[in-house]
Amino acid sequence: MPSTQAYLMLAATLFTVGLIGVVVRRNMITVLMCIELMLNAVNLNLVAFSSRLSSLEGQIFSVFIITIAAGEAAVGLAIIIQLYRIRATVNIDEVRELHG
Amino acid sequence: MDALTANMPLVVFLLVGTVTVASAILVVAMRNPVHSALFLLVTFLCVAVLFVMRGAEFVGAVQVLVYAGGIMVLFLFVVMLINVRTLPEERITSPYWLGGIAVGAAIFILLATLVRTGPYHQEVNRPDILESIATHTMETTVAANGKATTGPVVHYTLAGNSEAVGNSLYQEYLVPFEVASLFLLVAMIGAIVIGKRELGAMEEETAPDFILDRVKTEHEVKEVVNA
Repeated sequence: MPSTQAYLMLAATLFTVGLIGVVVRRNMITVLMCIELMLNAVNLNLVAFSSRLSSLEGQIFSVFIITIAAGEAAVGLAIIIQLYRIRATVNIDEVRELHG
Repeated sequence: MDALTANMPLVVFLLVGTVTVASAILVVAMRNPVHSALFLLVTFLCVAVLFVMRGAEFVGAVQVLVYAGGIMVLFLFVVMLINVRTLPEERITSPYWLGGIAVGAAIFILLATLVRTGPYHQEVNRPDILESIATHTMETTVAANGKATTGPVVHYTLAGNSEAVGNSLYQEYLVPFEVASLFLLVAMIGAIVIGKRELGAMEEETAPDFILDRVKTEHEVKEVVNA
């Protein structure tokens, strides 16, 4: 079985890729996808430690994280749709004013 | 051949891990959001395989159902709803891309250092616990010198990963579970309220009668509530 360290390195790589995506990309939908990527990396960490410590808690926490991710994606996409109706753009650099 | 069979989990891990990281990078690199979404699907499925390899069958199944089934459909739906052809042909990266990559590299070095040297909690090598239902009881044990002590004792019954997670969710984690269901309700109402569209003057001319009736009723209800 691959070691916990291998899993942690893979999760760290996934998290970094997601973080770079959040900062670098300008398309709002892709930014939301990168956030999901980061949440998945955290889940990988939790599951790896769950089996290392032979405890179910990590798996239960990752189930809760998946729940949170689902709600976050639904609300985020609703905001994007509404923003697209108002501003006709999904470019994150063009919607940096907070007013109107 | 024997070496390959013995190292099969490692080989699978390396293959799946490579595909995971490669498709994650492609999610960030693709210009078209539809392509990004499809590579995100590949990433999710590979992560589900990694979950199953680590003895978390239930989380793997939930990953496939919720992420690959639900969230991906939502993403693709929104991408199709927002017309892709009108996307600007300008550069896809923001002007701060250099700073973003620097921050990412710094975070990665930080995490890698932690992974390499971290003194973790001692490894517990009991994979059967991940597939067992725990029952907590108070039991009295009589020691050799006749002294009786009462204390909590945990018994493990071998069942299956899904059954164990389900039992734990409905016993130790019942309150977080209910809070999560409340959270989903709030998220659903929030998404509906945010995504709802008010009819503009232009659309009122072309809208069918039943929609106008509904809008009128909504306004009447609002007035009654506000009065």
